[in-house]
Amino acid sequence: MLAGWIIALASFAYLGVLFAIAFYGDKRADAGASIIDSPYVYALSLAVYASSWTYYGSVGRAAVSGIGFLPIYLGPTVVAALWWTVLRKIIRISKNNRITSIADFVASRYGKSALLGGLVTMVAVVGLVPYIALQLKAVSASVAVLAHYPDIATPRGGVGPLWSDPTLYIALLLATFTILFGTRHLDASERHEGMVAAIAFESLVKLVAFLAVGVFVTFGIYNGFGDLFARAEAFPALKALLTLHGSEAGADNAAFGSWASLIVLSMLSIMLLPRQFQIAVVENVDENHVKKAVWLLPLYLLAINVFVLPIAFGGTMLFPGGTVDPDMYVLTLPMQEHYSFLALFVFIGGLSAATGMVIVETIALSTMVCNDLVMPLLLRLQSLQLSKRAKLGGLLLTIRRAAIVLLLMLGYAYFRLAGEAYALVSIGLISFAAVAQFAPAMLGAIYWKNGTRLGALVGMSAGFLLWAYTLLLPSFAESGWLPPSFLEHGPIGVEWLKPRQLFGLQGLDQVSHALFWSMLANAGGYVGVSLTTRQSAVEKAQALLFVDAYAHMGGALGSRVWRGSASTDAVLALLRRFLGSARADEAYARFHRERGSASAPATDADLVHFGEIQLAGAIGAASARAMIASVVDEEPLGLDEVMAILDETSQAVAYSRQLEQKSRELETTTAELKAANARLTELDHMKDDFISTVTHELRTPLTSIRAFSEILLDHPELAAAKRSEYLGIVIKESERLTRLINNVLDLAKIESGSAEWHTAPLDLKQVIEDAVNATRQMLLEQRIELELDLPPRASEVLADPDRLMQVMLNLLSNAAKFCDRTSGRIAVSLEATGGELRVAVRDNGPGVRPQDRDLIFEKFRQGGDTLTGKPQGTGLGLPISREIIRHFGGTLWLENTPGKGALFVFTLPLASAPETMS
Amino acid sequence: MSHCTLVGQRLIASFVLGWLLFNYPLLALFDGTRTWFGIPALYGYLFVAWALFIGLLAFIAEQGAPGKKPALPAASAPASKD
Repeated sequence: MLAGWIIALASFAYLGVLFAIAFYGDKRADAGASIIDSPYVYALSLAVYASSWTYYGSVGRAAVSGIGFLPIYLGPTVVAALWWTVLRKIIRISKNNRITSIADFVASRYGKSALLGGLVTMVAVVGLVPYIALQLKAVSASVAVLAHYPDIATPRGGVGPLWSDPTLYIALLLATFTILFGTRHLDASERHEGMVAAIAFESLVKLVAFLAVGVFVTFGIYNGFGDLFARAEAFPALKALLTLHGSEAGADNAAFGSWASLIVLSMLSIMLLPRQFQIAVVENVDENHVKKAVWLLPLYLLAINVFVLPIAFGGTMLFPGGTVDPDMYVLTLPMQEHYSFLALFVFIGGLSAATGMVIVETIALSTMVCNDLVMPLLLRLQSLQLSKRAKLGGLLLTIRRAAIVLLLMLGYAYFRLAGEAYALVSIGLISFAAVAQFAPAMLGAIYWKNGTRLGALVGMSAGFLLWAYTLLLPSFAESGWLPPSFLEHGPIGVEWLKPRQLFGLQGLDQVSHALFWSMLANAGGYVGVSLTTRQSAVEKAQALLFVDAYAHMGGALGSRVWRGSASTDAVLALLRRFLGSARADEAYARFHRERGSASAPATDADLVHFGEIQLAGAIGAASARAMIASVVDEEPLGLDEVMAILDETSQAVAYSRQLEQKSRELETTTAELKAANARLTELDHMKDDFISTVTHELRTPLTSIRAFSEILLDHPELAAAKRSEYLGIVIKESERLTRLINNVLDLAKIESGSAEWHTAPLDLKQVIEDAVNATRQMLLEQRIELELDLPPRASEVLADPDRLMQVMLNLLSNAAKFCDRTSGRIAVSLEATGGELRVAVRDNGPGVRPQDRDLIFEKFRQGGDTLTGKPQGTGLGLPISREIIRHFGGTLWLENTPGKGALFVFTLPLASAPETMS
Repeated sequence: MSHCTLVGQRLIASFVLGWLLFNYPLLALFDGTRTWFGIPALYGYLFVAWALFIGLLAFIAEQGAPGKKPALPAASAPASKD
């Protein structure tokens, strides 16, 4: 037996558990240890999307139109893929601007317009009242069904007098519960951690309950999916439900059309329903949670829908003849089989679906009503009295509580007026179509800078009016509140104004029809008017702040577009009145700390921006602007000035990027310069070394020339033999001097590029032989053996014969100089390898020390220990030779042959080779 | 940041795919009264495609997902380097 008191007890126990969770969540949040800081909790709380509509209504819809219940869940699944891009941006914007509701978001974007915020709130309230009515209807129907246990009967019609209607008390109970949940205290950021935790728990309960009944029907009553569908085959009505047209007659295209429009509708709703906005944006702890929600929420929706069709089929087969409302199959099937506790659990699941939706939706709506509808009006009507009141926090809470009660009463009124005529899903779709009216203004808000306030106002009003005309009024007419002729023949008999065939448009189902006309007017009005009107200064600034949300972090831009003077005391006093002293002082201290650490001191504009953002969290952007304006001295900025500031700001951003770029370039240049400088310093040292070397080198021959000349002058009596010997020395030393000077000049010329080159085709082999012949005498004197390994053929290169000769002589004399003293041997070889000629000169001396390998090619540097050993030669031979070879397109290097003497190698391109020298 | 935008682009492409999967004309291929192993074709297709689509979203979103990335640094702060 399920007596009434058991149902009541279970319900209250469940609500008590919820409240405990919420209480615990709030406690933990106050302690700084959030229990909702998890992507899983975030995704579960987003499942507040699945309300009684899903829980009871999907089965009802599936029993009537088969697979047609699914688009409402496929839409969110598909659009979830865009969340990482779109939702994350909305979250970022909302956090930057302390936005607390969708009305606030739209109002703030379009110039903090109180009018627009009010319009959004009105659309939301009017549009969502049917949705709230739906929840009431579901709860009251489920109570009624369960109370008749074990009889299965759906009480229809028979609405008694107001005071004896249990639905009224359910509505009042829900209102009380919501007030306890959502408006216990005023929070500047409008976050309700405890509530979110409770909602996440409710999502779990309703999922488990629904899965339980699904498993029970599919595997308990029937033997799995196959069995169930096989039995359904016998029912022609059910068989038809498995196609897209369902049981509704109509052309294929119409079925697909309404399918697609339901997907679009649900895509928009999951983002724009105030409760989804509240959970997804306002209550979001960390925007990275979105990443998991992208697939977790679709998974949830999949899980809660798998058994919808089996339950619908099972119900239709077990309760033939329409005696039982299909919306209640979920509950009646366990009752039919006398599983009373399962039935009770299912009822609790349904209760959690309904309460979850009602709590979040009414809290979100009450915030909107308070911040965007009532407060702006109060401020306007009696601003003097209001500004005299010391504490306004209490007033805000009262307004919100009243709004919650009012919303549930409106829902109840709709339920009494029109609810009985409709199935759950149809009621829900009316609400979906209403919130879809936010779509153009919302999408434009974050992606289109030129959307204007007037455009949003016109578009949304037009869309809302058409929605009301094509969906809301017909729902009244159908429930007998308006004459039925309104539907059949149009208002006062004007056929083309028939609300379901507006302008004679036929072939669409009523939701698609309404969606088409309202969206046409809405998007058309928004875009059209936006393109023909100009934005005000504030709008311009806000548009930039929203569209470029990632570029303008924090509120740097917000405070820049303000000029005037404000006193800290006045702003702080205002904050205290709305937020309470403690919270206001704490916020101000934080502001002061943050600004104090920045390089520039806080300006009046910063202060005003800070105050406005803080207030916006409590009373909405439009009211916050109005309140702040009443306590500060603002000099209005013209549009031109704002444009100039914005330009400046965007230029500043661009400049800063350029600066970074420049600074990187500068760093590289600096590094290059440093290297060059080091090189120069080294060169300078080398030059000093060179001068001392050269001076030394020059002085040695000069000294001996001078000495011998003096001897010759002082001693005219010297013997002729002696005399000619001395003169020989003088000549030899002069030659050495000349050679040295020539070398220096030579190198200078080559390096400066002004050397004369007489390039002609020549035989390298010939050059080598000439050089060897020229040095043969010297080698003989030093008893050095010479090995020649030359190819028989001529080896032609393009070069200057004298220069090549110079290189060869240099290498040979070097080799001779460093040869083994006792049994010197020099090997010269020439070979052609791959398009170039390779000449090698090897000696059998001590070789070049590893640390000198690069050094010897530098000017005036010589291998070996220059301190002890007497430098031999000018130190210019190798650098000159290398330059010469390079000039002819070859390379000269020292081969690495440790311990085997020095091996100098150079290559020159063959004359026939394509790559020749310049 | 580049990783973030790449994930975003992959998800946007998935959005297009999802729209195609669950709409005319692909859906029309499975319309009718056929059954697969006793499961109606349309019902089976929708749920299988749905599950696969969720798998795809999960794969994209979780691939190299940063556990807790700090908020992006302010982009406009000019670096003062000397």
